Amino acid sequence: MIPLVCPTPIATRDRILLGHGSGGKLSAELLRDVFLPAFANPVLARLEDQASIEIGGVHLAFTTDSFVVKPLFFRGGDIGSLAVHGTINDLAVGGARPEFLSAAFILEEGFAMADLRRIVDSMSAAAAQAGVTIVTGDTKVVERGSGDGVYINTAGIGRLRDGVRLSASLARPGDAVILSGSIGDHGIAILSEREGLELESEVASDSAALHTLVDAMFEASGAGAIRCMRDPTRGGVASTLNEIAAQSAVGIEIDERAIPVHEAVRGACELLGLDPLYVANEGKLAAVVASESADAIVQAMRRHPLGGGAVIVGRVTAAPAGMVIMRTAFGTSRIVDMLAGDQLPRIC
Amino acid sequence: MKYIDEYRDAAVAKGIAEAVRARVTRPWVLMEICGGQTHTIMRYGLDEMLPPEIELVHGPGCPVCVAPLEIIDKALAIAALPGVIFVSYGDMLRVPGSHSDLFRVKAAGGDVRIAYSPMDAVKLARQNPSRQVVFFGIGFETTAPANAMSVWQAKREGLRNFSLLAAHVLVPPAMRAILASPANRVEGLIAPGHVCTVMGTREYEDLSRDFRLPIVVGGFEPVDLLESVRLLVAQLEEGRVQVENQYVRSVTREGNLPAQRLMEQVFRVCDRQWRGIGAIPLSGYRLRPEFAEYDAELVYGTEQITAEEPRECMSALVLQGLKKPVDCAAFGTLCTPERPLGAPMVSSEGVCAAYHAYRRRVPEAAR
Amino acid sequence: MCLAVPGKVLEASDVGSSRIANVQFGGVTRKVYLDFVPEAGVGDYVLVHVGFAISKIDEAEARRTYELLEEIGAFLDPEEGQP
Repeated sequence: MIPLVCPTPIATRDRILLGHGSGGKLSAELLRDVFLPAFANPVLARLEDQASIEIGGVHLAFTTDSFVVKPLFFRGGDIGSLAVHGTINDLAVGGARPEFLSAAFILEEGFAMADLRRIVDSMSAAAAQAGVTIVTGDTKVVERGSGDGVYINTAGIGRLRDGVRLSASLARPGDAVILSGSIGDHGIAILSEREGLELESEVASDSAALHTLVDAMFEASGAGAIRCMRDPTRGGVASTLNEIAAQSAVGIEIDERAIPVHEAVRGACELLGLDPLYVANEGKLAAVVASESADAIVQAMRRHPLGGGAVIVGRVTAAPAGMVIMRTAFGTSRIVDMLAGDQLPRIC
Repeated sequence: MKYIDEYRDAAVAKGIAEAVRARVTRPWVLMEICGGQTHTIMRYGLDEMLPPEIELVHGPGCPVCVAPLEIIDKALAIAALPGVIFVSYGDMLRVPGSHSDLFRVKAAGGDVRIAYSPMDAVKLARQNPSRQVVFFGIGFETTAPANAMSVWQAKREGLRNFSLLAAHVLVPPAMRAILASPANRVEGLIAPGHVCTVMGTREYEDLSRDFRLPIVVGGFEPVDLLESVRLLVAQLEEGRVQVENQYVRSVTREGNLPAQRLMEQVFRVCDRQWRGIGAIPLSGYRLRPEFAEYDAELVYGTEQITAEEPRECMSALVLQGLKKPVDCAAFGTLCTPERPLGAPMVSSEGVCAAYHAYRRRVPEAAR
Repeated sequence: MCLAVPGKVLEASDVGSSRIANVQFGGVTRKVYLDFVPEAGVGDYVLVHVGFAISKIDEAEARRTYELLEEIGAFLDPEEGQP
């Protein structure tokens, strides 16, 4: 009889791994085990993409983000425009009108001044176009070899709409799940430009400021109709929907045939063995809305330049709580799970 | 996408599943080996479409899962060396060795990089003459030609800083080990279509004859797999035993001769340990002596590294198709993708990971 | 195991001792080594695994067998037809 064998488990977690930054289960674990206990407070505990705070009777949304994308310049944007859009989006999906941003730079010694100018000009243009102002910032320089050219950290602040409260814990059975357009564009655009992949594609990052799209959605719906919105960045739509399902303790069922994916994104994903549901987006939002308002909201989105591909992709269900299920084109069901770390390309 | 979309056509798929339903008169146990085929079955819910008489069991078709602890430990030892750029396919980075994995080695300072093709590693060697580039040559016969080419090309160019850590495994010997086991329940086999694209179907004719086993060489899309099941069921119901080719658009009896010729020149067959199964004679490839300077085992002297494989565990039974992941008490509780106990849970192609990702628990209420 | 994807050869050339092609997969193209499928030419479909073509798709065989597949369901349930 062939002796049976089994590998040993790795129990210790004594170092940060790349997976901790992926937006998946490892990231959630880090938050839960390290950050939340240390910074314990009720605002943080809500785990939204932005914090809702009150100062002297004024309700504000406050968010922070860091940008470490490589390459720094890509089709459809750069680390600068990405930083502005990403920060605006975090505020917008929280129901706030973005107004002021901060921008802090960590520059590597030897970084080209011309590249820095390019990035800063891009940020300026993005901010102007979006109607927000970069009012404060900071600069640090680290020794050659300690950074990746440039890292950008931002913070954003804006006023919450009166009477609006959005939260990933507010999804209810029967609600509709809406996507504002095609998924996976940003992640594939970035991958295409990575050296060594030698992938030629026309896919451009979808990096964009979504606050005016959000305005249109609020205008087309009554109070409380929009339960929550998220911009599915790292970890993709799958991670975002899993977070909502978990925080609301509901199930989410999506229809495979309804999910929009560009042909080129699909081709790249097939080639690399990636699932578009887990690929990053930077100019899309997912929204959970009351079912009776869904059609009106989708129509309003489609009239907006950034919402042309808006579509209802699924429904919130009572069970199985905390899980996202996809109905395949074959009528069968499969779980859309949360990834542990980064999605790894496969050869198998 | 041509040659993909039409093989994912729901109407055609349903039609074939109906045909199986109409044909089947008693239970049959069918095995598919390939991780990619398991993945498709789980992802599209093909087992739900087939009648309950058909039981699909999954074999050890994930070269990442079956790579023995020993070879992972060797990889980790090499990757941790200063001056080494260790290049691997993405799947391997999370697989645990005895004490660590490549992600952790990377976190501790090792230069570990993901490649999409072995030629990426050769390019790295060319571009970094002062560093040693080592490529982790995992895979079944499908991947062996590409890995062989990397060594061939490196030798042609006279590169002095490139080597291959060969960890190839071969399907037919593993199938023999499984079929010869007294616990074997497999009545029909879906042979791996991409392995056969390279190697042809002759080895499966021997297997079929020696074990009186109906075999269908199958593709990887839902329609391919359903059709493969249909052909197998037809053989079984009619009492026929033969090797049929469902994946005719890619597989021929002879296979890919240029690829086979290169593999002959670069590799020789050797004994291999299969994680979860144990030692199977003549079931792997290693580099021929003419390529000794490109053999990472020799260059880095890792031949003396051995690993203590722990005692009996469910992984072994799952990899042999004797148990399903859901039969394991640890599945989804103690053993999850973030804290895997066994390789089939770690690799995204592993059967446990596939089950956990796609089919952990879909209660009737959700349908 | 063995993720291999079908793509269309757009152009091919000899580079050093290898034959390299630009192959199109849906909306993306990628460089692929044709060393194992030297007979593949522009317009042919090849199956690609880790950057190498491992077979040339037999389009005639594919068409022939696919037509049979389409008939299977229709034969069993003529009322159902296409969705």
